[in-house]
Amino acid sequence: MANTYNLSHESLKGLFGSLRRDGRRILAPVDAAGRVELGEVEAPSQVAADYLQTILSAKEVAFPKVERLLSYTIAPGRVDLKDAEPRALPTVLFGVRPCEAKAFGALDAVFNWDYRDKFFNARMEQLAVIGLSCTKADEACFCTSVGGGPADATGSDILLTPIEGGYLAEVCTEKGAAIRALAPDLFRPGNGVDKAAIAAKVQQAFDQPALTSQLPGMFENEVWADQALRCIGCGACAFVCPTCVCFDIQEEADPKKGERLRCWDSCGFHQFTLHASGHNPREVQGARWRQRVYHKFSYYPERYDMLGCVGCGKCTRACPVDMNLKEHLIEAAGVKA
Amino acid sequence: MEAVIQRAKELLEQGEVKAVLGYAKGTGSARRPHFARQAGQLDKLVMDEACVQNLAVYVTKHEVKKLGKVAVVALPVTQRAILQLMAERQLRDGSLAILAVDDGAVKELDSASALEEHLALKAQVLNAKDKASLADLEAMDQGQRWAYWQKELSRCMKCYACRNTCPMCYCDHCTMDCNRPQWVPVASHGIGNLEYHMVRTMHLAGRCVECGDCGRACPVGIPVHLLTIGAEETVHELFGQRAGHKAKLDYALSTFKTDDKESFIR
Amino acid sequence: MSDKNIYLPYLMRIAEITEESPAVKTFRLEFIDEVAAQSFDFKTGQFGLYSAFGEGESTFCIASSPTRKGYIECTFREVGRVTAALADKEVGDIVGFRGPYGNVFPLEDWKGKNLVFIAGGIALPPLRSVIWNCLDLRDWFKDITVVYGARSVKDLVYKRELKEWSERSDIKLVTTVDPGGETPDWQGKVGFIPPVVEQLGLAAENTVAIVCGPPIMIKLTLPVLERLGFPPEAIFTTLENRMKCGLGKCGRCNTGSSYVCKDGPVYTLAELNELPAEY
Ligand SMILES: Cc1cc2nc3c(=O)[nH]c(=O)nc-3n(C[C@H](O)[C@H](O)[C@H](O)COP(=O)(O)OP(=O)(O)OC[C@H]3O[C@@H](n4cnc5c(N)ncnc54)[C@H](O)[C@@H]3O)c2cc1C
Ligand code: SF4
Ligand code: SF4
Ligand code: SF4
Ligand code: SF4
Ligand code: FES
Repeated sequence: MANTYNLSHESLKGLFGSLRRDGRRILAPVDAAGRVELGEVEAPSQVAADYLQTILSAKEVAFPKVERLLSYTIAPGRVDLKDAEPRALPTVLFGVRPCEAKAFGALDAVFNWDYRDKFFNARMEQLAVIGLSCTKADEACFCTSVGGGPADATGSDILLTPIEGGYLAEVCTEKGAAIRALAPDLFRPGNGVDKAAIAAKVQQAFDQPALTSQLPGMFENEVWADQALRCIGCGACAFVCPTCVCFDIQEEADPKKGERLRCWDSCGFHQFTLHASGHNPREVQGARWRQRVYHKFSYYPERYDMLGCVGCGKCTRACPVDMNLKEHLIEAAGVKA
Repeated sequence: MEAVIQRAKELLEQGEVKAVLGYAKGTGSARRPHFARQAGQLDKLVMDEACVQNLAVYVTKHEVKKLGKVAVVALPVTQRAILQLMAERQLRDGSLAILAVDDGAVKELDSASALEEHLALKAQVLNAKDKASLADLEAMDQGQRWAYWQKELSRCMKCYACRNTCPMCYCDHCTMDCNRPQWVPVASHGIGNLEYHMVRTMHLAGRCVECGDCGRACPVGIPVHLLTIGAEETVHELFGQRAGHKAKLDYALSTFKTDDKESFIR
Repeated sequence: MSDKNIYLPYLMRIAEITEESPAVKTFRLEFIDEVAAQSFDFKTGQFGLYSAFGEGESTFCIASSPTRKGYIECTFREVGRVTAALADKEVGDIVGFRGPYGNVFPLEDWKGKNLVFIAGGIALPPLRSVIWNCLDLRDWFKDITVVYGARSVKDLVYKRELKEWSERSDIKLVTTVDPGGETPDWQGKVGFIPPVVEQLGLAAENTVAIVCGPPIMIKLTLPVLERLGFPPEAIFTTLENRMKCGLGKCGRCNTGSSYVCKDGPVYTLAELNELPAEY
């Protein structure tokens, strides 16, 4: 349904003002002492000038690293439960890359495939995404190998692509249209811009459908243990990943009251599957690394008819031992059955 | 630097070791740990200024021990960590071929005593950047320092990259993973983060080999190495000891000596 | 707010506690909320997450039969933080329960067949639910046999019902304890479960086998059943992957593309053969 407009730099400033007057907070990549992180901004001038991506993903906006699920008080012979309400503020996520915008779909698949997760949903309902096409990429990026692209509009309510004097603005969804409706005059009729010419060139690195179809047959292949030999089993890759959705539920309490918290977790941790008996279904790091790859490239497609990876490369950039996912997938795709 | 790669090749080809653990070119300008198990994987080995990671983190891993004898390309920090691991009886003396690389020269050290001798030759100096950062922290008053760490640690997400990359954090059952009792809250909120880093700092005081890998590993750029290195420096000041210099364990925080300084007891 | 909080448990009052064996207890739990008590329904094979407020949640199967209304039961072994806290509870105390979750034993499909239940150690609870359920629907099935083994006599759980079953004529009960685990007055067999099953000379024809127990027991019993001629589709077991949510969200129980908490915990051997052996 994309309607295409031109949005000048000046108009974007105006749009930020309109969004704020509408009571929405704007989160955008900001420069925090050399690191680019999501932060609240009021004007486009506060957005980081030059960035590829934030280190952490935007998933935190809908799926925070710690979330209270419920609380309670305890008295002799009595427990009083209290439901928790997520603090879902009307929010516009500005300037995230197309890969990350698309990633919300992968989170949604898990949070709502059967039971519906009200915490995630409450935040998503309040969230609008203004994505920004990439004009550069790095060695970790592989969006085009997983069905995305540097100017792909999937997941963005409005997608901006930088052009001379401002942006090409594609209004893609109802939420996007509602944003435009706040200041319709700022959106000028768009001209026929060739997005592909502006967007970064990202070479397709491997044949994903072929990889996905060969994975079930190479579960026992030694390539996984080989690749995982240098993996130190931390949570960095999963925590920065915009699609990783695994979580732990933890109790924090004193004798009178307590709360139940949901915290990010990772299949890369030894503890993740460890039974109370000491038995561990994924005993070695090779099995845990394989789970990471299979979950994203085999189980997700099988179960949700989509990939559990958007090719953003965040995991690669965050990994302390430079486990380059793209490289590992190329290698796996090259394994002859 | 070519020499170390040459020697590693010989060891692997002659079957004296089952694998060589060194560095290879990684993404962009990065260097990464590299295991060469066949001759064909040797030509990926590189050795240059960008190779900084402490490879000793791998030598206590079950998966790596299972490979058989490994030759490790060892920077001074790696050497110190290996010696400390041997002193703490996490590693059998003689179980590794250690290819010490300092200042361009390669030296083969295959025992704890050889390591000890080699490490005694040169004083351990902290790099200028960390030294300056520690001095900055030192110059703050308590309140400022507290505020500084509160702010930094608020970004921590408990990914444990700092712990898992640390060669001295080898415990199979880390205090963080213990839930009876739950010493430290699992969630990465203010208290959970603060307690985690306090525990880690205390567990590394007198054991930290000052490689700085924990800080380098942190995806969100928290300089957690300043905590452990700071504690290590304090132990050095008070007890004159440094981790990773002795083949026999003489651990300041678990040993009482009549001439220990007691100035901190007030 | 349209969605409900799926992590919110029911509050339950402990109505009865039975000490089954050292460190193993059975709770009978009653809903505090009348409406929940009336509307609650489950099927045999399903499980729930039980809270000890202050310590967390633990996964146990519902060990009572759905044909017995008004309460649920669970039997658990004290092994960790939550189970230790539960073990400290007394009659009248409040705990939490979320559920029922997971799939079910397909009793309808078993109509007209012989049933063989094989359980080891603390794994009788999941089978107890289905055994009672089948006994309450007794005319649906032909012969019902239960083989139950434990390390020693004191480790056998549900001693009351073992006695009851042994006295009933419509169910055949075979109990066994590991060599050395017997007492002087022990009436059952002495030996490990797999050989005991082999000696029973079970006919595989028109029979389903339901096996629950520690991984090693299952591993050794399955070949015996296959030798006896049981096809993989006629062998059922339940998995006990670590779980946190029970709702197909947290990812912890993920085995292949299966969520054990949603697609399981009940699997046929044929289904297990399709999954990676990560359980
Ligand atoms: C479908 C199913 C049915 C089951 N049925 C039964 C049954 O009927 N009877 C029975 O006895 N058992 C049963 N089990 C096994 C039972 O769930 C476990 O034995 C029990 O949950 C573990 O007890 P715990 O919570 O006390 O253990 P703990 O391991 O102490 O766990 C306490 C809590 O803390 C978490 N935790 C543990 N270690 C850590 C750590 N290091 N860091 C952070 N968090 C941690 C755990 O995930 C848990 O939530 C079943 C399991 C499944 C999956
Ligand atoms: S797995 Fe890596 S590349 Fe894929 S979505 Fe996650 S962080 Fe991005
Ligand atoms: S299973 Fe692993 S890869 Fe998949 S979502 Fe969970 S943490 Fe991420
Ligand atoms: S791949 Fe890297 S970031 Fe992920 S668990 Fe392994 S070492 Fe940590
Ligand atoms: S690496 Fe950084 S974010 Fe991860 S646990 Fe350590 S300090 Fe926290
Ligand atoms: S227990 Fe959370 S997904 Fe199964």
